Amino acid sequence: MQYFVQQLINGLTLGSIYGLIAIGYTMVYGIIGMINFAHGDIFMVGAFTALIVFLILGALFYSLPVVIALLIMMIVAMLLTSLYNWTIEKVAYRPLRGSFRLAPLITAIGMSIALSNFVQVTQGPRNKPIPPMVSTVYNIEGISVSLKQIIIVIVTALLLALFWYLVNKTSLGRAQRACEQDRKMAALLGIDVDRTISITFVMGAALAAVAGTLFLMYYGVIAFSDGFTPGVKAFTAAVLGGIGSLPGAVLGGLMIGFIESMWSAYFSIDYKDVAAFSILAIVLIFLPSGILGRPEVEKV
Amino acid sequence: MAVTVSPERGVVATPVQRATREALYAGAIALGLFVLFIGLRTDQNISNELILVQRWGLLAAVVIATMLGRFLYVAYGQPFLANQKIADIATGLLPESVATRFFRLPYFIAAVVVVAVLALLAGSLDGLLGPGLAGYARFARALAIIYALASVLFYFRTFILAHFSALGITALALYPIIVVAVLAGYAGSMAGGFQGSLKWVDNFGIQILIYVMLAWGLNIVVGLAGLLDLGYVAFYAVGAYAYALLGTHFGLSFWILLPAAGAMAAFWGVLLGFPVLRLRGDYLAIVTLAFGEIIRLVLINWREVTNGSAGISGIPKVTFFGLMTFNVSDPNYIAKVLDIATSSAYYKIFLYYLILGLCLLTAFVTIRLRRMPVGRAWEALREDEIACRSLGINTTTTKLTAFATGAMFGGFAGSFFAARQGFVSPESFIFLESAIILAMVVLGGMGSLVGIAVAAMVMIGGTEVLRELDFLKQVFGPDFTPELYRMLLFGMAMVIVMLWKPRGFVGSREPTAFLKKSKAVSGSFTKEGHG
Repeated sequence: MQYFVQQLINGLTLGSIYGLIAIGYTMVYGIIGMINFAHGDIFMVGAFTALIVFLILGALFYSLPVVIALLIMMIVAMLLTSLYNWTIEKVAYRPLRGSFRLAPLITAIGMSIALSNFVQVTQGPRNKPIPPMVSTVYNIEGISVSLKQIIIVIVTALLLALFWYLVNKTSLGRAQRACEQDRKMAALLGIDVDRTISITFVMGAALAAVAGTLFLMYYGVIAFSDGFTPGVKAFTAAVLGGIGSLPGAVLGGLMIGFIESMWSAYFSIDYKDVAAFSILAIVLIFLPSGILGRPEVEKV
Repeated sequence: MAVTVSPERGVVATPVQRATREALYAGAIALGLFVLFIGLRTDQNISNELILVQRWGLLAAVVIATMLGRFLYVAYGQPFLANQKIADIATGLLPESVATRFFRLPYFIAAVVVVAVLALLAGSLDGLLGPGLAGYARFARALAIIYALASVLFYFRTFILAHFSALGITALALYPIIVVAVLAGYAGSMAGGFQGSLKWVDNFGIQILIYVMLAWGLNIVVGLAGLLDLGYVAFYAVGAYAYALLGTHFGLSFWILLPAAGAMAAFWGVLLGFPVLRLRGDYLAIVTLAFGEIIRLVLINWREVTNGSAGISGIPKVTFFGLMTFNVSDPNYIAKVLDIATSSAYYKIFLYYLILGLCLLTAFVTIRLRRMPVGRAWEALREDEIACRSLGINTTTTKLTAFATGAMFGGFAGSFFAARQGFVSPESFIFLESAIILAMVVLGGMGSLVGIAVAAMVMIGGTEVLRELDFLKQVFGPDFTPELYRMLLFGMAMVIVMLWKPRGFVGSREPTAFLKKSKAVSGSFTKEGHG
């Protein structure tokens, strides 16, 4: 039982990170119907920004409270990563809006290759390890919970609350939901569609940057190629939850996190990704539009 | 659009003013993007801790280059492009196109002269100019050769476009012979010609043709049937491992295993096809991606059979239809049978013709299938699934046949790949490969065989050419490694080409029977053509 709860906590931590990335996928998909393949690399850029900020802080200040350091890392990462996603949207996706469906997918794949190789060229191909930032571990009745995990879950929960408020209660969120339902109608009603889409990309990148910072803090290492696997898993999570649905992305992220940690705990760690992908395929056979996705009604 | 009214102030802004403003914006954005990534570099010191190295000079250079580029584009590039579309009032003609201005006869003659002079001096270049300048001279010669060839192609463009397939196949069939002949002339002996041809036939010829075949195979699934498959490389892997395992363990010949590998890949295609039949669009994309990853992960982890990441080596070579072999130690080695000098180039040239034959087979089958009921059903499915179903087409079998046929060609290419490398490992079957193959299909123009072949040639040939950029070391110093920039340039080129030609080089092939409906949509929602 203890073992199970322990795995549940590990899964929750992992799932939070996947969920944060998955929101970026699902939002972009909901609003312009494209798979943003570069999102995994945006996450990696976020983690790398956090790493460089961490090193700058270490060089400038002798000792800085961890909370403040983490906060600065997160904010700078959010700002710069948003700038990256904003620029990419403007350069690579906007000119292709209204073109056929696969064109932006190919530019997204191109951007993904370019981003990861850009980081490789400028920062070098090796793994970048940092000294552990937070090492406290609490032991509650035989279950060890590290402070890192608590931070990840709390930050994710806070961000999700903020995000929920943004999407559901503000005029910006209303504009986004309107664009999602019908872009043409939204434009006729005076919504600046281009601006709304830009903001969607910025929001997705900000969440991915936080996920990147948390990933760096949790694992303590990042490399230029680390964007792909979390990116694909988060995309899987978004599809599992029902692409286009925000609660679905979080739910999907948590599910993928649980599947992974449970499978590696009880079966074999080698096949954890195989398990996650197989469960995706099985779920989609029975629920073709994901768990919380609206079934597509096609009109002729 | 030489003059634009800026909406904020209601005053007329000249291109230069506008360009200055745009350049400042671009500079600010570039500064934000690059300040941490180019301005600083994370490096390990001796005790393996990360330290930061400052590179502000490089950052400044990159930002200034960005600003300059943006300025030139807005101030001169955009007005120029706009003027190209405006007809002259007096004559009513459009301005002369850039291409005809670029390829003029005097330029062509100048290029030929440059090539001739530099070729005559080839041996004494180093002595005359010193090693540094001689490098530039060789580069100039390469550019002049490319320009001259491009001019010739340009002058005969109508003829070439009219007979593209026939000319292309002839050129491909003659390619190794020409390479060997030219290099033999260069080296002064037949053996030298064969030795030198290895790189050209193997790296350029075979490598490109494998991708052409893969892209044509994927074209059946994506271009004809309209099913987005992001895991095509899985079938390639199935074919490669089928040949590698059966060939090494049971010693079966390539000619038996080639169809077997194809059948096996087709079987896996059907296996993948069944669960995804109900899915549409992007759900299908993610399941195929997941399938590709599952195959790769199983290949890595099922060590007892696949030998894990270490891969399988010692895969037997293809024989010349069982009559001759390409192993030097065998009694019926080709050089012994034909009584010629020993060379490893024969095998490569044989493989070249083999893959060329397989490619042509793929093209032939695709073209024939497209005219058969099943091919028409694929194209109907791509255009409109509901209409397709209401016309009584069985979408289940249509999708399955598309998956199986596409997978079969992937399997053929895979077993050929295993035979050519003599070694397979899961490294070769990563998602990036699927993405590159898909990019070829889309960049070439979905459904168009010629366009896809051109795209494959440009993409793979281009990245291979980037390996040869050693002369850049003379410009940027000996620490500069052009190899590193290969994939960065590749990714950026993919984006740029897609933005330049969103419908691909040739444009999508529309089905033979197609009812055009005109749909009026607001301009902001369409970039080109119909909504």
